[in-house]
This record gives sequence, C-alpha cells and structure tokens, in this order.
Amino acid sequence: MPRRTMVEAIRDALDVMMARDPRVVVFGEDVGYFGGVFRCTEGLQRKYGASRCFDAPISETGIIGVAVGMGAYGLRPVAEIQFADYMYPGYDQIVSEAARLRYRSAGEFTAPMVVRMPCGGGIFGGQTHSQSPEALFTHVAGLKTVIPSNPYDAKGLLIAAIEDDDPVIFLEPKRVYNGPFNGHHDQPIVPWARHPLGETPDGHYAIPLGQAAVRREGAAVTVLAYGTMVHVAEAAAEETGVDAEIIDLRSLVPLDVETIVRSVMKTGRCVILHEATRTSGFGAELSAQVQERCFHHLEAPILRVTGWDTPYPHAQEWDYFPGPDRVGRALRAVLEE
Amino acid sequence: MTRDQLLQAYHDMLLIRRFEEKAGQLYGMGLIGGFCHLYIGQEAVVVGMQACLEPGDQVITSYRDHGHMLATGMEARGVMAELTGRSGGYSRGKGGSMHMFSREKGFYGGHGIVGAQVSLGTGLAFSNWYRESRNVSLTYFGEGASNQGQVYESFNLAALMKLPVIFIIENNKYGMGTSVERASASHDLSKNGAAWGIPGEQVNGMDVTAVKEAGERAAAHCREGKGPYLLEMKTYRYRGHSMSDPAKYRTREEVQKMREQSDPIETARKMLLEQDVSEAELKKIDDEVKAVVQEAADFAQKSPEPDEAELWTDVLLEAPVMEAR
Repeated sequence: MPRRTMVEAIRDALDVMMARDPRVVVFGEDVGYFGGVFRCTEGLQRKYGASRCFDAPISETGIIGVAVGMGAYGLRPVAEIQFADYMYPGYDQIVSEAARLRYRSAGEFTAPMVVRMPCGGGIFGGQTHSQSPEALFTHVAGLKTVIPSNPYDAKGLLIAAIEDDDPVIFLEPKRVYNGPFNGHHDQPIVPWARHPLGETPDGHYAIPLGQAAVRREGAAVTVLAYGTMVHVAEAAAEETGVDAEIIDLRSLVPLDVETIVRSVMKTGRCVILHEATRTSGFGAELSAQVQERCFHHLEAPILRVTGWDTPYPHAQEWDYFPGPDRVGRALRAVLEE
Repeated sequence: MTRDQLLQAYHDMLLIRRFEEKAGQLYGMGLIGGFCHLYIGQEAVVVGMQACLEPGDQVITSYRDHGHMLATGMEARGVMAELTGRSGGYSRGKGGSMHMFSREKGFYGGHGIVGAQVSLGTGLAFSNWYRESRNVSLTYFGEGASNQGQVYESFNLAALMKLPVIFIIENNKYGMGTSVERASASHDLSKNGAAWGIPGEQVNGMDVTAVKEAGERAAAHCREGKGPYLLEMKTYRYRGHSMSDPAKYRTREEVQKMREQSDPIETARKMLLEQDVSEAELKKIDDEVKAVVQEAADFAQKSPEPDEAELWTDVLLEAPVMEAR
C-alpha cells in the first residue's frame, strides 16, 4: 500500500477528483504556479492547466464569493484559504451566501464547494497563523465541517467533501501534515511513512461525512477528540496507562452522535479535547450532547481540556497548547471521581 | 537630500540591512521560531518616507515590519528580543515577528493579516482629520494586499472624507510566490485609486532620495487637507517571502541583477563618496551599526523568557478567570 504524508494525501485526493470530474476546479492564493504554501496543490496546474488550478489574488472575500457562484452554476470548486486565520474577510460569504443559498432558494440553488484551510498551532505562528476556528463554522446551519487527523482520512474525507452537494469546510491541522504530532514538541516527530494511517490506497475512495473512528478501544473513559488532539490523546493514554477509548470525530457537522453515546454508555466517563479556546468551543456542544443523552450513565462530570481563553501566544505557544500532560491529568481526574 | 540627511539615511538603511542579516542568522541557529519576513532590499522605502514625517504622524504596516520599526526609531534590541520571544521584546513575547507596536514612536503595528492594516491606517487618518491636526497616517501594504477588497473600501472612505493618509504600496514584485503579473490585472498600481480621484505616482523605491521627494509631495498634499495620496514604491526583496521560501518562482540571475545594479545602500554610498564623504566616515557608520546590532542580538538571547503569568495578561483589562487544569 502506498504511504503518503497528509500533504500528499490531500494532493492525491484533488488529483483523483480533477481526473474524474471536469467540474472540479482548484484555486486559492499561491495555489497554482507555486503549488500552495504547504505544497498541497503542487503539480496540479502543470497536469490540469491554469483554467482548472489557478492562483487567486489575495482577496479572501472574492475567493469564497466566486466559489459560491461557481458552485451554484454547476462547478465543484475547491478553494484554499492559505491559513484558517485569513478566513475572516470571507466569513460573510461563507455564512450569508454559501451556507444559506439552499434554504433561501428552497433547494433551487446550492453551493457545492469545499473550502480547505490549514488550521491549528504548533509552528510558532502567533495569533494570526495558529487559530482553530471550527466552532465558528459548526455554529452556522447549512455548513458541514470536517477535520481529519491523518493521511488516510484526509484523502477519503476530502473526496467525500468534494462529492457532497453542500458547502464543506475542510480544516487541515497543519501540525500533523508531516507526521502524527502528539504534543511532545521537544521530541522528533514520527513520519507518516512509519504510521499505519499513512497508508493511503491509490485511486478513489470516500469516507462518508458523519462517521467517527474509534482510534483506541478502552473501558475506563471516553475521549472525544479531532485533528491534532487525537494524537495527543493517544500519547496521554499511553503515558498514564489509563484505559481510554479514543474517538476521532473526523466530522463535526454532521456529528456521529451514535458512536459517542455508545462509548460513553460503556465507560461512564468523558473527556473532551480541542486546541481552540475553551469558552463556546465545540467541546461545549459535545459536552451538552453527552449530558443530554448519557446523564444517567455518567459517573463523573465531563471534563474539557482545551486551549486557554487567550489569543494564541507566540513565545508561550506550549503553555497554551493542551499537551499530553494536561490531557493525562484530566484522564486521571475523571477516574478519581 | 542634504549631505547630512543622506548620511542619516545611509545609517538607517544599513542598520535595517545588518539587523535583518543578523535576524536571519539567529533564525538559522534556531533562536527565532515561526515566521520571519526579512526586509532586505527594500530599506530605501521606509527610510525615505520616515524622513518626511513630523512628530505625531503615524506608521502602520503588515508583517514585513522590522524595517519600519527601526526606521521609526524603535530600539533594535526590543525588536530582536521580540523575534526571540523574550520578555524584553516590544510585545513581551506575545506577538513575535509580525506583531509589534510603539505608541511613543507612532508605530501602530505589525499586522499578520494581509491587507487588514489598510483600513486601520485609514482610521488613524480619520483621527487626525477629526482632531484637525496636521498629522498624516503612513499606511503601508504590499502589492499582493493591494487586491484586498478592504483596500478599496478604505480608498473610498479616505477620498470621500479627504482623510490625510498616504497609501504606500511596496511593490516588491512577488506576493509570496505569485508575481504581480499573475495576481493583478492592474499593472500600474499607482493608478489603483483613480476611480476615487486619489492622485498616485510610481516611485523608484530603490532610491532613498526619490522616495523622500515623492513622500514630501504626498505629505504636503495630505497636510493641506486635500485627502489621500497613493505611492507605488517599485522595490525588491532579496530574500524569500519568509524563511521557508524555496524561491522557485524567480531566477537567481534576477535577484543578482537587482543586488548589483539597484541596491539602495550601495547607491547611497556612491552618492556620499561623490559628495566628498570619506571612506573612513562611512566605515565609522558601519562599525556603529554593527555594534548596535550585536548588542541587540546579545540582549535578545540574554533577556529572560516571559514569565508564566504573561500568558494570562492583556487579554482583557481584567485578568481572565480560568483555573489552570
């Protein structure tokens, strides 16, 4: 089975879909000639030409607005926002146009489009190159929000997102582009080539949106995580020896509530992780969902381990990042209840 | 420029050049983390423009900001210590390379989002207008940012209200890896404000005297209450967009040619020698600059890491309530 980094897996998904479907058009800042700042689109312009893979001016509002129009008129645009932090000028187009077109036209028009955005910290990007804005999308009816944690999922989910008839926000945790970063920033990263989830089949495969994956089975506590935090959870479980069941949500909207509920009913405990700030983060939604459905099975309060309610710091990046030590403490804490 | 003004400009450009070279070295040694966008090659732009300013004028720019800060007179040591993420940095390690400020020097940042500072700079100009001061806002952005929608929203507002803002497009030819020809349908960016009647001119941004002359025309226009002015500085960055730039979008020969034929510091040096400034005098400036940069580098390595509590300060006026878990 071929091995790919997450960058290569994403590039391969775009390649597969551009070859299969002439409606698929890929664009964004530095995406064409340069091949993308993280190299996710390298070679696509050479292979498919500049009408199907092109450079957009630095105009996020325009990029997303144009994608909505392309999608409404029969294309399948895949737009890249170079960093999720650059999304805000285009947010109005995402919320007021892309997400709402289907509803306000009673299904007459839709915006089948994917907006890819590298997100998350861990690269000393400071406050304008490190954010995790997923909750800003999950809060908007009419959008789907996906966040893979590994190359296999990235390829299958991106293909499913492109084939989806609704707008999909596809968040790419940039710290795991090249390997399963587990929060130990002082240790070398294992490359995807040596990780089973680096194995990505050639050709077309899709992972349906809304299906979580159980990364590690366990009986003592359910850990809900996505993106980079899946690997942090795995490290914390290993290091503490806690028998944690780790669920990689993969897609936040639609959400695989069934898998979550089944697990929490079994373990009776739940810890929720995300890198984004805590207040009104997606963890609050997860916590509410679990509480509503599993209240009588819970043996301890649900805990969240998240980024702090501060802007993403520059020098103090690792004090902000919810690393394996903080996660490990939470795992132990819920067991002591 | 008088002899003394040119000497000062030479000093300031050289300080930026040596500072940036040192920053590149420290980055290579792993002492600077994350993003670092060097200004090498573009020094004449900020130094020439700074020479047109009066006390109280404001400067705002994007993320390639080290040169702007040094030109406003911010201390090299404070800038360098922010690059290394130390408590002695201008933002005490909170901001990093792209996010530094100085109220004292009229420097309003240091902004990491392409184009976002342009409307802020327009707001600074509004404040000048509102207070009926003579002050001018110098609002810098790159040719890449010049296609952002908010740039044109700002143009309209500034022209409508006749706000004293000099919009300065630093056209270094490449928005990261995309050349201006591949990103912009407009090739004479000085005309980008024409729809709103904003006068503009293209300036040789590699020549500090040309920059200063154009800057003075622009500043006079603003101070006379005639509204905004647009300067397109034709300049060039020798280094990559950031430290991780493979630079495959241009040839080595192109960079070499600019260095050899248009270098702003070399040009100023030649002019000074023609004005009978001695080699010894220039050498003295070189030595002074070197010493300042070395002191900054030492300080940036010796200054302590930010205190743990620093993570929680400056979020809101009140300290946030959050127990550490």
